[in-house]
Amino acid sequence: MSQIPALEVENLTKKIKGKQIIKGVSFTLVPGEVFGFLGPNGAGKTTTIRMIVGLISPTSGTIKIGGKNVRTEFTEAMRHLGCIVENPELYPYLTGWENLVHFQKMDSSIPKTRLNEVIELVGLQNRIHDRVSTYSLGMRQRLGIAQALLGKPKVLILDEPTNGLDPAGIREMREFIRQLAREENLSVLVSSHLLSEIQLMCDRVAIISKGAVLRTDSVDNLLAEQERVIWRAEPLSLAKEILSLETEVTEGPDDTLITLYNEPLLPDWNEKLVNAGVKVKEMRTQLPSLEDLFLEVTGGESID
Amino acid sequence: MINLVRNEMLKLLRKKRLYVIILIIAFLVPLFTYAQFKEIQDQREKMGNQDWRTTLQQEITDTQNRLSSSRIQDEWRKFLKIRLSQQQYYLENDIDPRAPGAPTFMRIFVENSIDLLLPLLVMVIVADLVSSESSGGTIKLLLTRPVKRWRILLSKYLAMLLSISFIVLSVAVLSYGISGVVFGYGGWNMPLLTGFTVSGDELLTENVHIVPQWQYILMEFGLVWYVCMIVGTLTFMLSVLLRSTAAVMGIMLASLIAGAILANMVSSWESAKYFFMVNLNLTNYVSGMATPIEGMSLGFSMSVLAVWGIAGFIIAFVTFSKRDIY
Ligand SMILES: Nc1ncnc2c1ncn2[C@@H]1O[C@H](COP(=O)(O)OP(=O)(O)OP(=O)(O)O)[C@@H](O)[C@H]1O
Ligand SMILES: [Mg+2]
Repeated sequence: MSQIPALEVENLTKKIKGKQIIKGVSFTLVPGEVFGFLGPNGAGKTTTIRMIVGLISPTSGTIKIGGKNVRTEFTEAMRHLGCIVENPELYPYLTGWENLVHFQKMDSSIPKTRLNEVIELVGLQNRIHDRVSTYSLGMRQRLGIAQALLGKPKVLILDEPTNGLDPAGIREMREFIRQLAREENLSVLVSSHLLSEIQLMCDRVAIISKGAVLRTDSVDNLLAEQERVIWRAEPLSLAKEILSLETEVTEGPDDTLITLYNEPLLPDWNEKLVNAGVKVKEMRTQLPSLEDLFLEVTGGESID
Repeated sequence: MINLVRNEMLKLLRKKRLYVIILIIAFLVPLFTYAQFKEIQDQREKMGNQDWRTTLQQEITDTQNRLSSSRIQDEWRKFLKIRLSQQQYYLENDIDPRAPGAPTFMRIFVENSIDLLLPLLVMVIVADLVSSESSGGTIKLLLTRPVKRWRILLSKYLAMLLSISFIVLSVAVLSYGISGVVFGYGGWNMPLLTGFTVSGDELLTENVHIVPQWQYILMEFGLVWYVCMIVGTLTFMLSVLLRSTAAVMGIMLASLIAGAILANMVSSWESAKYFFMVNLNLTNYVSGMATPIEGMSLGFSMSVLAVWGIAGFIIAFVTFSKRDIY
């Protein structure tokens, strides 16, 4: 990683009305990666994002976007940034096109030809001249992203981008984000409270709870530790006996057994069960819930 | 900056507020034109069949008689002389001072709308200029673009300035255009008296002089514009401070109406003269009406308004550039 980081957050803290809401958050995004910001409701994801985009000022700590300090070089930093904070709120009484023109005019470095590029990128050609008040949530989300991409940013920040979208919309969004990172070398910061979403979309993830980052790691590493296999087999007691010899086994709900996920060994375990005359009815991997993950990461401290 | 102001003007136009304002004015002007027309008819009837020239001639003779009396003060004599020349001008140029043309209507209309109607119209435009961005969430996009916050606010302020100028201009155009249908479009050069000052209970006439009506109207519209800008600036400040447009309107409405009420009752509560809302009636100083509180003058009222306006402007810009946006 010899390049300058696309986004660099260092020791960020925020106190609101005497209450410490963010307690020293640090992380960096390299160009072209999708970074997940994972935490339960009220963890401080939105507050951190608001500080990054300059909407609220940090109590302490520094934020650099493309090497530019958000506090001291605000306009330069913002040139490298596109964002949607919480909901994609645009002017409902203007058309999609007028909304984009509005934001294009705010940055003289954006040529007017860029408008058609981003509209095509998000696929809004057909409805772009309709008023935003007639748009569906998914279309607003896409217009929001078009707006965020206008200035060809280095960093794209999306706060819960799949919030309220249907499964097809979520999938589309996910692929779109991956594509942006891959093809435009964009760094994307995505916040979410759903592990499954982060898992499918991100390269790395920071787990945040109560205003502090508990752990930053690549998604693969995290999952490798945390993924489980659920077994449904008959007779259950025999299956348990055999599996216990190989790995740690716990009993799950509805007559199931839970073991660690260990890809190379899984066929072996299965074979042993079959050889012993156990009928393996079901064998599936399961992601831990966010809660399990937190329990694991914090070593037992629960989230509230 | 021009681009930013254009953006703001586009949003203002799309919100259709300006059209509503124009409609309101276009609806009120015929109403008042009719009222004025009725009043003139009424006066005519009272005077019977007498020609207005005869009445005016009588008034002139009356003034001349008073002037010839030796016991009157110098100052009063000067005032009467000015009055006399005004009356003579009317007679010589065949102007009926009681049958106004469109310019006179225009003048009366703005004199009566300076302290409540126009501030209300200004408020309707300005109240949601910033607060609608906060409540609609669009402020998050506006403030994460590579433009410093003060520039964004300044572009909004300039858009406000343009809208207010537009409102004042449309009041002028509409009141002239519409009332002229009934009263005729002439009368720009009709001489009017101005320059009254008040000291204690007395109306001082030492500085009274004659100006042509067009100049008088220009002066009054200047004052109207000034008052509208101050009311606009204060509304603007509230719009920055509060997220809710309804709250902004509520507070402004309450102050403006309180001002109208106070102006009628506070002659003994002297410090009330430092409220901005009792100082709105600037045109009264031009036409020489009594002030609500002793010690108020055109200069005083304009300074009080300026202090309020500047304070509002500073508060708006300082809070806007520092504030955390949640
Ligand atoms: N303006 C504020 N005043 C007081 N407390 C606040 C304010 N804004 C946020 N908080 C507190 O800060 C904490 C973090 O809030 P934040 O909105 O950042 O959470 P989040 O991670 O985005 O949650 P969600 O998943 O619900 O969006 C919450 O406990 C919230 O109550
Ligand atoms: Mg949030």
